[in-house]
Amino acid sequence: MPDLIIASVMTMMTAATPLVFAATGELICERSGVLNLGVEGMMLIGAVFGFATAAVTGNAPLGLLMAGVAGLLASLIFATLTLSLLSNQVATGLALTIFGTGLSALVGFDYVGETIDQIAAIHLPVLSDLPVVGRLLFGHDPLVYLSLGLLAAVAWFLSRSRWGMILRAVGDSDVSAHAIGYPVVLIRYAAVAFGGMMAGLGGGYLSLVYTPLWAENMAAGRGWIALALVVFASWRPERVLFGAILFGSITILQLNAQAAGLGIPAAFMSMLPYIATIVVLVLISRDAIKIRLNAPACLGRPFRAER
Amino acid sequence: MLRLEPRSTQSFAAAWLSPVMALVLTAITGGVIFLAMGKDPSTALYIYFVEPLTTTSGLSEVAVKAGPLILIGIGLSFGFRAGVWNIGAEGQYIAGAIAGGGLAVYFHDSESTLLLPAMLVLGTLGGMTWAAVPALLKTRFNANEILVSLMLVYVAELLLVHLVQGPWRNPQGWGFPGTRMFPDVAIMPLLFAGKRAHLGTLITLAIPFIAWFILARTRFGFTVRVFGSAPLAARHAGVHSHRMIWRSLLIGGGFAGLAGVIEATGTIGQLMPDISPGYGFTAIIVAFLGRLHPAGVLLAGIAIAVTYIGGEGAQISAGLPKAVTGLFQGIILFYLLAFDLFTRYRIIVSSRTTE
Repeated sequence: MPDLIIASVMTMMTAATPLVFAATGELICERSGVLNLGVEGMMLIGAVFGFATAAVTGNAPLGLLMAGVAGLLASLIFATLTLSLLSNQVATGLALTIFGTGLSALVGFDYVGETIDQIAAIHLPVLSDLPVVGRLLFGHDPLVYLSLGLLAAVAWFLSRSRWGMILRAVGDSDVSAHAIGYPVVLIRYAAVAFGGMMAGLGGGYLSLVYTPLWAENMAAGRGWIALALVVFASWRPERVLFGAILFGSITILQLNAQAAGLGIPAAFMSMLPYIATIVVLVLISRDAIKIRLNAPACLGRPFRAER
Repeated sequence: MLRLEPRSTQSFAAAWLSPVMALVLTAITGGVIFLAMGKDPSTALYIYFVEPLTTTSGLSEVAVKAGPLILIGIGLSFGFRAGVWNIGAEGQYIAGAIAGGGLAVYFHDSESTLLLPAMLVLGTLGGMTWAAVPALLKTRFNANEILVSLMLVYVAELLLVHLVQGPWRNPQGWGFPGTRMFPDVAIMPLLFAGKRAHLGTLITLAIPFIAWFILARTRFGFTVRVFGSAPLAARHAGVHSHRMIWRSLLIGGGFAGLAGVIEATGTIGQLMPDISPGYGFTAIIVAFLGRLHPAGVLLAGIAIAVTYIGGEGAQISAGLPKAVTGLFQGIILFYLLAFDLFTRYRIIVSSRTTE
């Protein structure tokens, strides 16, 4: 029985990790005042380029690097349109998701059915062999630790560092930040690019670790769930982890329930993560004032330097 | 040194030129992509953008594909004008197909001529019901309609898969997922012998004119336009944002649901998992490409339908993956959004580089 619980927790972490990557990136992006709805598209682009690189070179870590780079490059299209050409952020984000879905399907066309050597779980001598806590603390794949490390770094950056404070100022009042002399547009470019890299890494995690293969549309809405997670987290990094673990648990719970055969049709169990997202959004958004207080004040608004 | 200067009013010429420019640049970009894939760009572009228009059966197919895109695009354009972001039309389309098609599944031996009209009504209601969820959650609980409507797409897809594999599966279907074929009275009559264009196609092509009338000539159309361009003014004039959210979503959902049931009764003749090649998402592009104006949506729907058919042709004759079509759709929207800069700003070339 403890083995089963440990195994469940381990898989729960793998289900949560792509969400931690993508939501942490989007959180930084939104804190700078930019709403990028293209997370799903960037994840797919990261997933396919990561997988293709790993399949061609046989080097999965290199694939992961490419996943991040591809996500970053895709986000720069969004940044150019919204920040330099002042296009509508909602429409541009949707365009990025549609573009990413198409591009990834095209690039991945030749890779459907191929296999790669996935990035395996680490094994530290002695530590990983400790009873119970050994595997729980020291037995995940390296990317679980990377995602948690990046999340911690972002939490520190936002609350403790000078540039984190500037980033928040840009998101809360672009006009004042500009008046003080901060490069608003440049900071937003950087925030969008970071968001793109993280979404790419999240996608790369899907195709290199979670299910080491490429399938069209394999992100299956995780990019959108990551967007919902940022709202759920009230734009606070530490709560992203909580939300991601919650969704990871729901995913694993419904998979286990399907396997156990409780007589509930599989399709209804598969709906759970999506319905849970809606329920969570309702619960968290109910308090409109709280949302307004927590959300970056300039979120989604275009900025053009007057002088 | 280039500088942006806001226009006092949106440029009409730029607003209508940018979709044309977007299409032209997408074709050029497409040529480059084909070249990179080792295909002859002129042949590939011909297959994509011209060939569908050269035969009568090609034209009929374009009309069949344009129908749902236009119908959904029109419905969405009301909401987008009012700043209500319903991006779950794909789910509302599926819900419409389920609600309307379900009637034909239950009355599969019916000979009543009332069946088809009843299906259309139920399909519309089905789409409206699906859209009512984000409307309710937005107005009651302030939940983001973008995310809620999108999550419901996945729910609708899973529901459809469940129904056609389980309770509604064709008992004579050799285990393939899909319902019985609809009875003859539940099938849209064809317009021309041997072509797939059907009565539903005609209905969908007529909708833009009705929509134009509503937008241009009714009080409701006026409030939609005001609400989109000046929400604060609209609020002072007594337009309730809650009512606008409800109406936008119900119209978008209703049209999407109608498109879904028309597709099921017209083109397919049964319910199956793949009843939509992403119409609900593509219609978002159609709405923007058509400038949220009924006439524009009509033209944009036809243009995008051509690339759908061209994509199918290219798959068969040039071995190009179908995904190219989706890539083109994203690129079109990118170019369009980029060109929109000129509708709101003037580019000033100033000689001085510093001030």
